[in-house]
Amino acid sequence: MRNVWIIAGREFRHYFISPMAYVLAFLLFLILGGLFAINVYFGMESGQVSPDGRLVLGPMVTILIFTTPIVTMRLLAEEQSTGTIELLLTAPVRDWELVVGKWLGSFGFLLALTSVTWVYPLILHRMTDPGIDQGTLVAAYLGVALMVAAILAIGTLISAFFKSSLAAAGATLAVILLLWIIGGFASGVGGANEIARYLSFVSHFYDNFYRGVIDLKDVVYYVSLTGLSLFLASQVMESRRWR
Amino acid sequence: MIQAHGLTKYYGQHPAIRDISFEARQGEILGFLGPNGAGKTTTMRILTGYMPPSQGVATVAGFDVVEDSIEVRRRVGYLPETVPLYPELSVVEYLTYMGLLRRVPQLDDRIEEVLEEVHLDERADSYIGNLSKGLRQRLGLAQALLHRPEVLILDEPTIGLDPAQIIEVRKLIQGLGRDRTILLSTHILSEAQQLCDRVVIINKGVIVAEDTPAHLQSQLAGAERIVVRVADGDSALRKRLEGVPGVMSVQDGKGSGEIEIASSPGLDVRARVARSIVEAGHDLLELRPIGVSLEEIFLQLTTDETGAEAGG
Repeated sequence: MRNVWIIAGREFRHYFISPMAYVLAFLLFLILGGLFAINVYFGMESGQVSPDGRLVLGPMVTILIFTTPIVTMRLLAEEQSTGTIELLLTAPVRDWELVVGKWLGSFGFLLALTSVTWVYPLILHRMTDPGIDQGTLVAAYLGVALMVAAILAIGTLISAFFKSSLAAAGATLAVILLLWIIGGFASGVGGANEIARYLSFVSHFYDNFYRGVIDLKDVVYYVSLTGLSLFLASQVMESRRWR
Repeated sequence: MIQAHGLTKYYGQHPAIRDISFEARQGEILGFLGPNGAGKTTTMRILTGYMPPSQGVATVAGFDVVEDSIEVRRRVGYLPETVPLYPELSVVEYLTYMGLLRRVPQLDDRIEEVLEEVHLDERADSYIGNLSKGLRQRLGLAQALLHRPEVLILDEPTIGLDPAQIIEVRKLIQGLGRDRTILLSTHILSEAQQLCDRVVIINKGVIVAEDTPAHLQSQLAGAERIVVRVADGDSALRKRLEGVPGVMSVQDGKGSGEIEIASSPGLDVRARVARSIVEAGHDLLELRPIGVSLEEIFLQLTTDETGAEAGG
């Protein structure tokens, strides 16, 4: 387990010495900040600032869905293309420790990034009376964290398949988009629709967490998706040895 | 320390190595010699626990490389062929990372020590991306030594270095070999000759010879050969020399007036040849034994099969 933290720590720091992290942070905060400012401005014009703490949350989720592939693309792909994987896998490090460490590092990075966006609801809280509904906000952020964890795990899994970071990013985006839109096909009733709705990536978030409801079913969905992806990623790393 | 038995590895249908068996004892420097693509790296990757063999077993320091892979990896220091490094890290950051993963006690002191050992202490804070090829190679070596491994596996440790650096790295390896088992691969024959206690020659995935460099030379030469230079040699002289007891063949040498004589192994015919030439009334200008260099043996061993395969 100690190896997981060592690898996660190095991965986490890596984001802050790469320009990619700053570009991502810049874009995220520029868009969210802009949206927030416009909303608050028009709210003040009309004399009624909406006390909805989730103001930036919807756009943030959309942005994260499109940017997480960039966060995860190099996790295992780059190690494989540069050959540093050989060094890690000839050190006393187990395959799953490497996979989980990598994922945890990226998760830490996105948590750090998203936690900054708490500043918007805080501002809103000061501006409105009686303030925002903190319970809903906490549930929504928990949902974001769980969803991000799952997306990152899927990205880690796909990164294990590729040597090219770009290919990994493309494939990850495709899979995530598929999981996103799959709910759209499930408007009817019946078993297939039920399954499609259950698989849908964002419905678990918008139907419950976003509304302030923490349902164990949704937590299980994201946690098991994360666990399964990381397990499969370890298996891919393991099978790579046998190729 | 290292025992390999019947190692075979397939990449798809293609066997990269077939039935590789050898042994390296404690404190021995074993050379793995072969042309590029012979299967040296594959064998080393199996021994370091990076990939399992398709068939066969190998143990390193008493642990099976597949069953007890983690134990093996704890005891092995490995320098891969193209030293994989993180360019965005500094030398010390990189070694700290590897040292943490390997649970090296008193890591900071040990890093200092290792950097001195490979003469990299002045570049401790440099970013790896800014290091030259030679310095990176040394950093790779530092990484392999960091956890004081019982076994060192070095894949082409001197590749890409300039002559001065090569000498330095070789010296370093020789020093390390005193109390460790070292397996090193190379395609440079003089390196194997100079560094290794024993040499395993591998070609197209199979072992074609295994012995000490000196033994290989005498054994594979097949016959002892000498070269004589006479002022006015003719075919009559050659006929006469063929009649000297112990001489197997006589042919023209490379230089002018040179004659190359092969004799039965273990038989010194120099005195008889000299007498025979002088008695025939010729002036003997030079007489010297020619050993077969490891280079020739190598070529002999590695091209024979190519020829046979091309023919078949």
